[in-house]
Amino acid sequence: MSKQSIDALVKREYTAGFVTDIESDSLPPGLNEDVVRAISAKKQEPEFLLNWRLEAFRHWLTMSEPRWAHVHYPPVDFQAISYYSAPKAKTDGPKSLDEVDPELLKTYEKLGIPLHERARLAGVAVDAVFDSVSVATTFKDKLAEKGVIFCSFSEAVREHPELIEQYLGTVVPTGDNFYAALNSAVFSDGSFVYVPKGVRCPMELSTYFRINAANTGQFERTLIIADEGSYVSYLEGCTAPQRDENQLHAAVVELVTLKDAQIKYSTVQNWYPGDEQGRGGIYNFVTKRGHCRGANSKISWTQVETGSAITWKYPSCVLEGDNSVGEFYSVALANNYQQADTGTKMIHIGKNTRSTIISKGISAGHGQNAYRGLVKILKSAAGARNYTQCDSLLLGEQCGAHTFPYIETKNPTAQVEHEATTSKISDDQLFYCRQRGLSAEDAVSMIVNGFCKEVIKELPMEFAVEAQNLLGVSLEGSVG
Amino acid sequence: MSDMLSIKNLHANVDGKPILKGINLEIKAGEVHAIMGPNGSGKSTLANVLAGREGYDVTDGTVTFQGKNLLEMEPEERARAGVFLAFQYPVEIPGVSNVYLLKAAVNAARKHRGLPELDAMDFLTLVREKMQLVKMDEQFLYRAVNEGFSGGEKKRNEILQMALLEPALGVLDETDSGLDIDALKIVSDGVNALRGKDRAFVLVTHYQRLLNYVVPDYVHVLANGQIVKSGDRGLALELEKKGYGWIEGATARA
Amino acid sequence: MNAVLQTHHHYAAEFERNVAELPGAGADWLAELRRGAIDRFAAHGFPGPRDENWKYTRTAPIERRNFTCRSAAGEPLGVDQIQDVLLPNAYQLVFVNGVYRAELSNVSDMPAGVTLSSLAAVLQASPATLEGLLNRHVDQDRHPFAALNTAFVGEGAFIALAANTMLERPIQLLFVTTAAQDGHAAHPRVVVSAGDNSEATLVETHVGLGEAVSFTNLLTEVTLGRNAGLEYYRLQEESVKAFHISAVHVSQEADSRFVSTAISLGAVLSRHDIDVRLAVRGAQCSLNGLYMAAGRQHVDTHTRIDHMAPHCSSSEFYKGVLDGHGRGVFNGKVMVHPHAIKTDARQQNQNLLLSLDAEADTKPELEIYNDDVKCAHGATVGQLDADAVFYLRSRGLDETASRGLLTYAFAAEIINAIKLDAVREHLRAVVLARLPEGEHIKELV
Repeated sequence: MSKQSIDALVKREYTAGFVTDIESDSLPPGLNEDVVRAISAKKQEPEFLLNWRLEAFRHWLTMSEPRWAHVHYPPVDFQAISYYSAPKAKTDGPKSLDEVDPELLKTYEKLGIPLHERARLAGVAVDAVFDSVSVATTFKDKLAEKGVIFCSFSEAVREHPELIEQYLGTVVPTGDNFYAALNSAVFSDGSFVYVPKGVRCPMELSTYFRINAANTGQFERTLIIADEGSYVSYLEGCTAPQRDENQLHAAVVELVTLKDAQIKYSTVQNWYPGDEQGRGGIYNFVTKRGHCRGANSKISWTQVETGSAITWKYPSCVLEGDNSVGEFYSVALANNYQQADTGTKMIHIGKNTRSTIISKGISAGHGQNAYRGLVKILKSAAGARNYTQCDSLLLGEQCGAHTFPYIETKNPTAQVEHEATTSKISDDQLFYCRQRGLSAEDAVSMIVNGFCKEVIKELPMEFAVEAQNLLGVSLEGSVG
Repeated sequence: MSDMLSIKNLHANVDGKPILKGINLEIKAGEVHAIMGPNGSGKSTLANVLAGREGYDVTDGTVTFQGKNLLEMEPEERARAGVFLAFQYPVEIPGVSNVYLLKAAVNAARKHRGLPELDAMDFLTLVREKMQLVKMDEQFLYRAVNEGFSGGEKKRNEILQMALLEPALGVLDETDSGLDIDALKIVSDGVNALRGKDRAFVLVTHYQRLLNYVVPDYVHVLANGQIVKSGDRGLALELEKKGYGWIEGATARA
Repeated sequence: MNAVLQTHHHYAAEFERNVAELPGAGADWLAELRRGAIDRFAAHGFPGPRDENWKYTRTAPIERRNFTCRSAAGEPLGVDQIQDVLLPNAYQLVFVNGVYRAELSNVSDMPAGVTLSSLAAVLQASPATLEGLLNRHVDQDRHPFAALNTAFVGEGAFIALAANTMLERPIQLLFVTTAAQDGHAAHPRVVVSAGDNSEATLVETHVGLGEAVSFTNLLTEVTLGRNAGLEYYRLQEESVKAFHISAVHVSQEADSRFVSTAISLGAVLSRHDIDVRLAVRGAQCSLNGLYMAAGRQHVDTHTRIDHMAPHCSSSEFYKGVLDGHGRGVFNGKVMVHPHAIKTDARQQNQNLLLSLDAEADTKPELEIYNDDVKCAHGATVGQLDADAVFYLRSRGLDETASRGLLTYAFAAEIINAIKLDAVREHLRAVVLARLPEGEHIKELV
């Protein structure tokens, strides 16, 4: 009885799996210094950036692929990937949405992303990244009135090189890890946000990432800077077509908050997860890190991870400013043959820094879900606090849930608490709900939803709805 | 008046072991039947078979509810058709708020009857009214289902759900056990308020005490998987005086 | 790189120097086992910081000292010198600097069905007895020090309980390190084989007399038959200059019970591994422990429990008290295998940091490969509750005594659960003696 309903929950179609038929301008597969130079040249980058890329590339050559994560996959052939793919533009680049290829607009329409101005009501500014480049950014003018810069990374390099030079790579250095080094060498585009002093960004900012072309990797770079006393909420969504081959996505996200500033970063990750037999799907190897540089600043990560064949990411916070706050809220669903190794690092440096980690892992089918977290309290972090809760829910006999928390404390005034549980949906719970007239499917959804709600409630409303749909659950809490 | 529930020659196994060995029972709308018996006589098994719990295998006999074959229905179909089981051990569901389960259950039943679903406001009005019945504080609505509830609170919550779902047949599985006298009175008042000419109850109980407050029309004694004696309320009083040994002794001789 | 190679050469050379004189050298299987082990150790070397199991513990200080692998034997030692640590009413095997000393031991009145003897004696007289028992479930690739121990296996204890043997009096294995052991290494091995339905209590005590810079590398192997029970106590009170590496590997049959209490108080660097395989339905284990580090002490506990069969349960409760520049490491791994349904596993690790320079690193890990389990773990790191300290001071205790009392209360949760009176009372005294104002506190607890 419970088996059927769990299978029903588990057998959901991937609805974003279509391919857009569009001509693209791609570099041939392969990776060497010339490719790095070619990418930089295509983007007409200043010399400092080319040198930065080359340095990263040379460093990358000396590194080896990490093997410590709880994930298994055949080695990636880095020479078989094309490191640049852009939809062929008819003009030099769209000046407004009217100049954007209608095929592209249709793609985003199909995905439910409000690129068109009539979507003004949605109240979200969107930067759409298609394969390697940003195709459109909405509401730029309205944001500019407040002094908020929200544009593609390439545009930021052209228009605000001083900000890029000042901040790029200061949170995630070029040699931080294997994939971050690779990204630094070959990243093609991404989003850039700067919120000036004292400004509360008037709307949610959102980037929508789409992998379309085959045999390409997506290496985007996002940099968000919240200057003193500012606030911004940023959302990120991802999809990719259904293909039998695995594709690599190795992004880097850097966040910086200065004194009294706040960044809220939300992700709904729905890259193609592969089919029921585990064929195809995205390798999602991402480095995300935030640096609370100023006192009283705050960085909050919320993520709902339902896609990708393999997810390998640990959105982290370096809490340097006194009284700064780091948060990590995560739901990770691993179904069929998906593998997720995700979690966070909270590095407490400043006094009275606080962090909260709420991680919910759901494993179904043959899915493997691992939480990996580091809470590090340095000697300087007097009065630091951390609370960690990580819970796992198991649906099916072949799946796995794993927890690897690291806690390192070098200051006696710190309080660190970690709790973890693992459980399954019990037959008694299902029968109870059915006796009250609910179908088994609804009962499972309701329990899964209850399991995740501490995280879902952290998402902005539009994203919460999307996340709930992705998790196959109905919206709870509509009463009262 | 036609039968609401008709049980004929019902046999059921649990873990391959025969527990019910030929139950016959006719219940009409408006009636309250008490089923009493010693531990292990099959009382709770009967309640669970009526609700369709997995692991309770019917090996012979029929159960007809409002003219339909109850045994062919899924648990949620039975619930929507109007069979309500008040559980002996209500399960805890962490993370799911009580009010959400109640609303989902009420709307599932309304949908089944072709009625429009209630919106949040109308539902809250309704649930507040029903909560008076079992003297429950509104805070219970927003707590996770049965989580951290005391024994008495769990049982009152069961009666509240019954009041909201307005079933045709209420099966109360040892709802009285483990209750102190005050809680027992609250629960009984709730049940009495729900009595009516269109509704029937089966009270499964080990103790006569409940029947002081919810006066049954019929009392049946279950022993070793069969109804060995039926009567009116007087039978319950007699049982209290003489104990179950008397009945078991009588059946052994028979 | 060069230094590392040299060390391997050092132990390989030590092996060649000593191998012919190890007990039972004539038995082919044993010679093969030893040689295979030294080859493995030489190939892997000492574990480095990149080895996840040794992330927080550096073995370089042991490595660079090039300990001599022949013990300082024949040290004169009287019973009066160890009287304090001898358990009353127990069978005893006493080892001085890793070498068995019959004259200090007590194996009289041994009931039928019980074998308790020096491992060296068994290896010498009838090595075949141990064939198949030695290294039965030891993964030498995962445990490099187990390989090193195996290469030099000789001294130690052999305990065998026939089926249905209930041993009422405890067995104590007392390992004494004296000042003469400075610069020397010992590799004792304890082999315990408990037959079906047997029951026993084993106390392993390690003490240091005099401040030797010594290296103990102990390996204990326990095999529990169906429904067998072993209560295992491990008290490590080496001197503060000693290096102490130890491991216990346990394999459990159906319905067997392993209850361990491991107390680590001594040594400048200590590491204790417990590996438990709950191999058959209904096996249970309970691992409890207390570690304390002060000065420059570093104490590391690694436990790993493999739930390999249905209906097994495990519970773990470890506490750490870290003072001075002391550093405590706890890593508890629970692995639930695919068919181990109805597993019940709980784990709790709590650490108390008493000074600015103390450090606690804890990592409670769960790896679960089926859905019908109930698992929970928790870890905390913190300091003494300021409100509680204030409360005691307001009742007239000075601050030092207040803190000492609360520290003792924290540790006492482990100590008070110890069933063996003599061990419990001994630990109470030892822990109190480590605390400031211990004398004063004693009257209050």
